[in-house]
Amino acid sequence: MTRLFSPRAWTAIFAVAAVLVVVLPALHLALPESHPMHVSSFWITLLGKFMCYAVVALAMDLIWGYTGILSLGQGLFFALGGYAFGMYLMRQIGRDGVYKSDLPDFMVFLDWKELPWYWAGTDSFLWAAVLVVAVPGLLALAFGFFAFRSRIKGVYFSIITQALTYAAMLAFFRNDMGFGGNNGFTDFKRILGLPITSPEMRTALYVLSGLYLLGALVFARWIVTSKMGRVLTAIRDQESRLMFLGYRTRSYKLVIWTIAAAMSGIAGALYVPQVGIINPSEMSPANSIEIAIWAAVGGRGTLVGPILGAFAVNGAKTWFTVAYPELWLYFLGLLFVLVTLLLPRGLAGLAGTVLRRLPGRTAAKPATAPVAHEANP
Amino acid sequence: MSDGSIHALPGTGEGVGYSHPLDPDRVDTRHGPILYLDDITVSFDGFKALNALSLTIERGELRCIIGPNGAGKTTMMDVITGKTRPDAGTAFFGQTFDLTRLPETEIARLGIGRKFQKPTVFESHTVFENLELAMKTDKRVRPTLFARLSSGQRELIARTLQTIRLAGSEHRLAGSLSHGQKQWLEIGMLLMQEPELILLDEPVAGMTDAETARTAELILELAGTHSVVVVEHDMDFVGKIARTVTVLHEGSVLAEGSMSAVQADERVIEVYLGR
Repeated sequence: MTRLFSPRAWTAIFAVAAVLVVVLPALHLALPESHPMHVSSFWITLLGKFMCYAVVALAMDLIWGYTGILSLGQGLFFALGGYAFGMYLMRQIGRDGVYKSDLPDFMVFLDWKELPWYWAGTDSFLWAAVLVVAVPGLLALAFGFFAFRSRIKGVYFSIITQALTYAAMLAFFRNDMGFGGNNGFTDFKRILGLPITSPEMRTALYVLSGLYLLGALVFARWIVTSKMGRVLTAIRDQESRLMFLGYRTRSYKLVIWTIAAAMSGIAGALYVPQVGIINPSEMSPANSIEIAIWAAVGGRGTLVGPILGAFAVNGAKTWFTVAYPELWLYFLGLLFVLVTLLLPRGLAGLAGTVLRRLPGRTAAKPATAPVAHEANP
Repeated sequence: MSDGSIHALPGTGEGVGYSHPLDPDRVDTRHGPILYLDDITVSFDGFKALNALSLTIERGELRCIIGPNGAGKTTMMDVITGKTRPDAGTAFFGQTFDLTRLPETEIARLGIGRKFQKPTVFESHTVFENLELAMKTDKRVRPTLFARLSSGQRELIARTLQTIRLAGSEHRLAGSLSHGQKQWLEIGMLLMQEPELILLDEPVAGMTDAETARTAELILELAGTHSVVVVEHDMDFVGKIARTVTVLHEGSVLAEGSMSAVQADERVIEVYLGR
């Protein structure tokens, strides 16, 4: 019934995906650095990072673009996934740290004699993988349960999520939390015993991020084209009417909210080994607001849009913070205002309009995902 | 409609017509009316919105309720749907369901469907999707995620589209419909819930004359297969569809009977027609 992407759009998506996860890594690994076609490790790391961001933007689209729940704390779930995997990476350092101890360096520095209980089992990759999904997921489940049960909506929900990530950041800044205080985790050495900085490992993480992004897109599309997707957009537009039809809307909100948190957590876990550090600044309120901006710039309720938005905004950020670091925040704010005013459907909406106006093309059906009118912040 | 999933045991002599003695979830009207209100009183801060109101609706009946503003029409609907709890009196749906105790959602699930004055359809969904969302089915998360329309369900939607005169428009966005069409879609969404009793609150408010005429046809079609209660101000419209009319005044029944009998009633003329 509702076809979100035309066959042509699918072709484009898979073509881009093939370039990202096959061609670029091949050029990175196979060609010597002197070769003009060589893709440098800078680009591999940068794009790998962007693809992790893109999954968070996609998760944001599910909850904000489709369901109308504006989370301003999505960075928290991303960071928690990162911390969960970071614990494993810290354990993998083994005795190669500065203090040559079994304990992570920051614990030796604090004069701790043994691991805190919640570090138990983190030397196991599998357990770490469980934590990556479970910690953000369970936190979202518990938080969402109470928030949705109390019928907290709209801007109040946004503010509470913002406060939640801020509170978590303050907590993680404390040394006694056992997560390295404001330095967080860094100086990672290995994953599964293999050196983390080797080109092969870097490429493997990059390809995994790309495949994860593609998988997340297919998964998100499956949700939004199911009847559940139509229920979610109905929650966004007319929640009380839907309740009157007999839907327990808070169960739906809780499910999609938790899914989005777990998706973001996995993205964080892929992100941390690529950038080599995780610290509490990832939980800063500004980070979570940026995530919302990626989705808004890309186009809410389009799935592909927020992915484009994450790439576009972060691409601009990479350039700006080198060229005019002091102007970046002004630019970001201006971008958000302009997009909200001029492009309510974001880059995806703009692209759709341009494609339809190209001569000689049969009008591609506009995606039947309308703008979330009521979800404006 | 989708009768037939539940039948009485053969040979018991029951199960004829519309009785469903084996299903505790179905309204039981074997020995009486589908809706029974007796001595209902509702007061808001001392003001009696309903004052010892008594009313019965038989199965398959089409009943029009009229009355001046403040007569208690909407409050009566609120009591029937569980939105307002009466201070005194009894309200039964069939023989077994006490409407003064059941929660709102349960009453809706048991088969009392209500259309509000202001149409609220899902504007960014298509007409078809609106009906699909309203369909009576398992509305929990997991069944919804894996839901596929069966051919029976598609047929039900197609039939409903015919009934509400929107066949051919099923892929239009509901937001693009005219006011009258939205009202019909809303009635269609009500029908998709397969209600036993339909409450329509001012169904032709704001409609053009042509739309009003078609709505009258639609309601007449529904009567018989459904029990319908219409609350309406528009006397011409009531005249077109009315079989039995109940006049409310100051929270209780002033008169009841055919349209012409009611219109001839001295007291009705005095309070309602304002002479």
